Amino acid sequence: MTVKALSDALSLTVFTLPDPDRAVSGGYSGDLLSWVMGRAGENHAWLTIMSNQNVAAVALMADLACVILTEGVTPDEDLLRRAGEQMINLLGTASPTFEAALALGEQLK
Amino acid sequence: METIKLVYPVDGGDLIEAGEASSKMKLTLKRLGLPPDVIRRASICMYEGEINMVIHADGGEAQVEVGMDEITIRMTDTGPGIPDVDQAMKEGFSTAGPTARELGFGAGMGLPNMKRYADELAIETEVGRGTVVTMKLKIPS
Ligand SMILES: Nc1ncnc2c1ncn2[C@@H]1O[C@H](COP(=O)(O)OP(=O)(O)O)[C@@H](O)[C@H]1O
Ligand SMILES: [Mg+2]
Repeated sequence: MTVKALSDALSLTVFTLPDPDRAVSGGYSGDLLSWVMGRAGENHAWLTIMSNQNVAAVALMADLACVILTEGVTPDEDLLRRAGEQMINLLGTASPTFEAALALGEQLK
Repeated sequence: METIKLVYPVDGGDLIEAGEASSKMKLTLKRLGLPPDVIRRASICMYEGEINMVIHADGGEAQVEVGMDEITIRMTDTGPGIPDVDQAMKEGFSTAGPTARELGFGAGMGLPNMKRYADELAIETEVGRGTVVTMKLKIPS
């Protein structure tokens, strides 16, 4: 499914969506950046509460499909700018990380 | 294709801005048309190395050579060096301070990630003089 379709299905907040047709093939949840780079797969959706601009760099390096900020977290200004510049899809949800992961899993079934 | 040599300075001052060298390298590897998997692995290796130079060594320089069948990333700094490389290679070992940790770094998984994603990893280091981390990645044909 595409990031746009996922975002619509879960009614996610769109912070920036420069690459809406990108395919999502799985998910990873975590806030320690090196764990994400070591464990998340290419085209995964990344659930995190980290909101600084290094999040965009990690998503770029690891070829992630999108970042979903959970727990109502919003991106800081620099993250928003860098995500736009680097074609990183940045979404959000008020749901707790666990609930968001369950909902993502449902969509990817 | 002739060997292409790229040089990227890494500014030690700013952890928030870190990643510029890795981002630029990634763009260049894409332009060269290398396979996505090797670009992804090289990018993660370079980013981990770049972050380490910023957190632990006050910056340095990354040299990247792209040859016919191999990418070589050499990251050189004149920081404090690593007293015990075996210990540094262990998952979870980190001397990162609170500022780095607040930003999501300092999980002690950087060197293990480099080992995981590079085909070869070599660390030359001397306490008080600096560190050279060399990573080689084979380009599948
Ligand atoms: N370039 C470097 N200069 C000095 N020390 C380093 C360097 N790279 C790594 N280290 C040391 O090795 C440890 C482990 O590195 P790493 O696995 O990347 O974890 P982290 O960066 O999260 O601490 C660091 O905490 C630091 O003590
Ligand atoms: Mg590190």
